[in-house]
Amino acid sequence: MERKIRVLVAKPGLDGHDRGAKVVARALRDAGMEVIYTGLHQTTEMIVETAIQEDVDVIALSLLSGAHMTLFVDVTKLLKKKDMGDVLVIGGGVIPEEDVPVLKKAGVAGVFGPGTPTDDIVDFIEKNVKR
Amino acid sequence: MFRKEKLNQIKEERNDWENNDYSDAIKNHPERKSRFENLSGTEIKSIYTPEDIANLDYNDDVGFPGVYPFLRGVYPTMYRGRLWTMRQFAGFGSAEETNERYKYLLEHGETGLSVAFDYPTLYGHDTDHPLARGEFGKCGVAISSLKDMEILFSGIPVDNVTTSMTINGPAAIVWAMYIANAENRGISNDVIGGTIQNDILKEYIAQKSYIFPPEPSMRLIVDTFEYGFKKIPRWNTISISGYHIREAGSTAIQELAFTLGDGLEYVKAAMNRGLEIDKFAPRLSFFFNSHNDFFEEIAKYRAARRIWAKELKKLGAKKSRSLLMRFHTQTAGCSLTAQQPEVNIVRVTMQALAAVLGGTQSLHTNSMDEALALPSEKAVRIALRTQQIIAEESGVTDTIDPLGGSYYVEWLTDKMEEETYRYFDKVERFGGVIPAIEKGFFQREIAESAYRYQREIDENKRVVVGVNDYKMDEELSIPILKMDEKGEKRQIDRLKKLRRDRDQSKFDRGLKRLRKAAEGDENLMPYILDCVHSYATLGETCDVLREVFGEYKEPAIY
Repeated sequence: MERKIRVLVAKPGLDGHDRGAKVVARALRDAGMEVIYTGLHQTTEMIVETAIQEDVDVIALSLLSGAHMTLFVDVTKLLKKKDMGDVLVIGGGVIPEEDVPVLKKAGVAGVFGPGTPTDDIVDFIEKNVKR
Repeated sequence: MFRKEKLNQIKEERNDWENNDYSDAIKNHPERKSRFENLSGTEIKSIYTPEDIANLDYNDDVGFPGVYPFLRGVYPTMYRGRLWTMRQFAGFGSAEETNERYKYLLEHGETGLSVAFDYPTLYGHDTDHPLARGEFGKCGVAISSLKDMEILFSGIPVDNVTTSMTINGPAAIVWAMYIANAENRGISNDVIGGTIQNDILKEYIAQKSYIFPPEPSMRLIVDTFEYGFKKIPRWNTISISGYHIREAGSTAIQELAFTLGDGLEYVKAAMNRGLEIDKFAPRLSFFFNSHNDFFEEIAKYRAARRIWAKELKKLGAKKSRSLLMRFHTQTAGCSLTAQQPEVNIVRVTMQALAAVLGGTQSLHTNSMDEALALPSEKAVRIALRTQQIIAEESGVTDTIDPLGGSYYVEWLTDKMEEETYRYFDKVERFGGVIPAIEKGFFQREIAESAYRYQREIDENKRVVVGVNDYKMDEELSIPILKMDEKGEKRQIDRLKKLRRDRDQSKFDRGLKRLRKAAEGDENLMPYILDCVHSYATLGETCDVLREVFGEYKEPAIY
């Protein structure tokens, strides 16, 4: 049997808005993926450490506070440093359009704003995951 | 409310109508759905009649505004006497930038202030704390010390504008900063007015900006109640909030039930301390969401007032002022769409109208661009104008509780009350609110509702205009707020200077005494005030309490 796609749903920083992260975690699980949810208040190091330990294929970051330009990029940088550049990183939250190209360049492969159908996220992961 | 023979007559006629006119009509033209339900999943019938409210007693269950059970409103004249307070939640970047925004809002007719703090402040950290990285001023203003508070309110007449502050974990400290700033400006304690949110239970349940575990958190809250009625009589020392529970994905019924349940928990905690209910209950206030389902929202506010009055009476409150529930409303942030953002103005208008028809005491209308970023000046002005149009042009303010007596609204009000008591029983079986939090009951209930709502949208069972229907390709056409990039550095420099220049011995003494008091069981407010006056920072003061009280960690449930 093929190994299920393993996803870490992570909440970096102090942001407490966890509705989106939880809904996405449920949707990915219902789509047949193996989901690990970090809970709140994760530092970059904690997220990357969990990703290593859980041997995940995907990290899905969620942030609604506006700190995505700092905290999402912190995660992709540390992943590269740890030679984990092949983990697919996606992000969601309240993210202005103009920030999207910058995030993509930094290694956040997919950015999903408010109103995204959860199926779009499932499709994106299935098409882009490397394993 | 109706004579028996009249009800029989209505029943006969309704049966006749259902079996003939109505069933003929749906034979030829089926209804749009096989089952109509509101946002809470309650089934809605095609029509409501006196039969649906046959058990309602006008005098006992409905009554008059300003009189028990306050269903129709908390004041005898409501908006005929005075309009609600137009209070826009605002804060971003540094104290300087937010101070400018407050002055702008007041110039444009806002009648009260409402402070949004950034995440580090909400968690009791200073701007230069490692965990504050990337968060400075992002979703509120950064306030790390009394110095920042002085700047935030500089030039603002705090003796005649009331201020609401959305702060919970460190509420006692931030409130002390507000009090200290007024004192330093020579404004006496009994003149200043406003609200601190100070509702930790809903933080564990939904908003998640908690610091300490439940027990010491409840102690701090009761400390503020006591200090409030003794020293700062015009202050609402808590705003028991359903808003965030709803934003986290709950239904209206869950919002109502969980919020009132939290409220009763605070009342019991204060009574256990030995405080007299009629002393502190008049200073309790509430905060609700206003979402899309127009009538359900209105029924929710009405039910909330009646349940609260009944329950406080049961707990022994005598004063009318203790029984009446005053509340603030904010339109639902989670209902805003990033797609076709201008359309949000229409959503906000409907939601604001529901809040007014439900008898709110103050109102925040969201700005159209809030699914994208913090609001621009123009967006926030339009949001404020929306309230002004409802107040000045629509005529809905001329009579009190205009929907009272609607068969549908009265039925729905009763129904929501009934469902609320059902939740109260469930929570009781857990042994109360705190054990239910620790077992993840509320969190699971909310996550369940949030997921169901998202599935309904994904499966096109629920239409969201511009999101899953009536879509279009668009270029983003509204300006996005830009913050002063130098703000963070300015703030960190200010903190450095403050730590260098303050009276070190006064500072040390203050924190030392606070620690000792925290280890005992005295009211902490006077000690916190001393620390604040000595320019101890928010982070330094919270750290002392963190060391004594410990920190709360939640289970990660989804």
